Amino acid sequence: MADIAVHPSGTRSGNARPPAPGTDGFVDIVRMEQVQKYFGAVHALRNIDLRIGRNEIVGLIGDNGAGKSTLIKTMTGVYAPSSGRIFVRDKPVDLANYSVAMAHDLSIETVYQDKSLGEKQPLWRNFFVGRQITNRFGFIDVKRQKAVARQILEDTIGFRGVGIGVDATVKNLSGGERQGIAIGRAMHFNADLIVLDEPTVALAVKEVRKVLDFVRLIKSSGRACVYIEHNLAHVHEVADRLVVLDRGAIVADIAPRDMTVPELTEYLIDLQKSQH
Amino acid sequence: MPRAQPRSLFARIEGLPIIIVFALMLALFMTMAPLVFLAPNIYMTFLSTLPPLMVLSIGLTFVIAAGEIDLSFPSIIAFSGFVFAVLFKQYGLGPLAAIVAVLSGSLVGWLNGLLIARVGIPSFIATLGTQFFWAGMATVLSGGRSYALRGVEESWTWRVIDGRLGGNDPLRWYTQVSMEAIWTAAIVLFLWFVLNRHRFGEHVLFLGDSNDVSRVVGIPVAREKIRLFTLMGTCGGVAAVMLTLENRNYFGDQGSGYLLTAIAAVLIGGTSILGGRATVVGTIFGALIMGMLEAGLVASGLTGAWVRTVQGLIFLVAIVFYLLADEPARRHALLGRFGLARGPGGRSPRSGPPVPTR
Repeated sequence: MADIAVHPSGTRSGNARPPAPGTDGFVDIVRMEQVQKYFGAVHALRNIDLRIGRNEIVGLIGDNGAGKSTLIKTMTGVYAPSSGRIFVRDKPVDLANYSVAMAHDLSIETVYQDKSLGEKQPLWRNFFVGRQITNRFGFIDVKRQKAVARQILEDTIGFRGVGIGVDATVKNLSGGERQGIAIGRAMHFNADLIVLDEPTVALAVKEVRKVLDFVRLIKSSGRACVYIEHNLAHVHEVADRLVVLDRGAIVADIAPRDMTVPELTEYLIDLQKSQH
Repeated sequence: MPRAQPRSLFARIEGLPIIIVFALMLALFMTMAPLVFLAPNIYMTFLSTLPPLMVLSIGLTFVIAAGEIDLSFPSIIAFSGFVFAVLFKQYGLGPLAAIVAVLSGSLVGWLNGLLIARVGIPSFIATLGTQFFWAGMATVLSGGRSYALRGVEESWTWRVIDGRLGGNDPLRWYTQVSMEAIWTAAIVLFLWFVLNRHRFGEHVLFLGDSNDVSRVVGIPVAREKIRLFTLMGTCGGVAAVMLTLENRNYFGDQGSGYLLTAIAAVLIGGTSILGGRATVVGTIFGALIMGMLEAGLVASGLTGAWVRTVQGLIFLVAIVFYLLADEPARRHALLGRFGLARGPGGRSPRSGPPVPTR
């Protein structure tokens, strides 16, 4: 019921989906109302009204400096908004105490391009760092962590037979595989909203395909995703909704089926021109 | 499936390269000075002279693993040694003096941590400053005097911390095993588990990997850094008490020889100078090499003046070795220069990120 009502312009297919995690009757995983953000005199976010449905992939697009990163950092507790309100699962968030740790507790996880994994550390440590399985003295249950990590690798991310074990270090993985590990970790810890910050930058074509598959995996497992992307073709392919930012304000909310990639490109170029 | 290959011997046995170097060095000394190195006495002596260096190096392994450095531990050896000597000799506090001295080391380390994690001073600069401050403090408070601890062998404090296992019978070597060595073995074992199996050790490794990543994955960066330097300070305090008891004397610059030897022990052991990767086993053998070199070189017929030169040489060779082992690109560039690179273009199959095979 609740998870049918939430797709303002989504391209939801009729297939039976696994139940959304934590089905407790909310409509939007995150809703921002009239959010403003100033950095000194710079008005970085203007009158942001944005809702992210509970099983929706929202692509966030716009030029460099349009405020995409600021927007997701405000959404996930890295920056405090200057004013406005944020709701998580329809409940208002106490913005004075909002932080990354609190966002984690509210099942919101962010996967940053290069900052989500410890390069020299093995995968089994990377999956659990920050929330290790320990005894009461803080010693890690390595066996159990490795077993669960193996399960995430093979079942959640689908790395079965690729030859990547839980002892592999991150620096030996390709860019796409790294994104997969970070997304798989977020999914394992039952994130209801996964925020991806330019996950396909600097990746080869084949790697991009993998990342897009991971994004689809987020959708099919009943979660929501906010996806910042430079490449319009990539985001057009997987997003249910495209939100366009320009100079700190949301200027359009587009359903991909209403606009082809070339039309979208032209629209954004026109937007650029209107600045001058 | 190129990446399913079994891990190499070097990957499976912690600290293997340095263990091999140690074995070769020992064999060399045994050949050059068989009278000394084929008899048990020299090893019993090592068991009483090496522990302070060992404890310092293990503490420093954590610091370097986190991508930080501590230059202040020589002054902790001076300051905590002074605290111990005064409390033990003038106030007769016995074992309590040792406990307070170790805690004074923890306090100095904790203050280092505050300067680095809360004030935000780079650890190199912060501990350079505190090195001067606490060394100066020890000199001021002691008035530059040394404290001879005559008759300390009679006390329980000495027997428990530094005594000889079997009453020091010169005819039976095993009675000369020092208590220090046993305490050190226990500390080393415990800290191995902390680094490799404890949440704190994992956080230390991630800090060394990247402070940014650590923050994103939810590690309390400042708190763990303060703990890290407190641990180092505590190790300094323990080393100070051991050293003062073993010398039966406190003197102001008793820590001065340890700065470079401890750092060298950690780095030749295989802990990454860039942070993020560390080995306690490697450090143990690094410290053994650094600590045995002097006796070995002198017994082999070189003068004491050679010791620093050879230590410096081993240190540099080790750094270059690990750098090349860690970075395939550099290794192949270097080998290529001598025409030794394997395969076309000087790239072996393992260089660069492996290509997935799907």
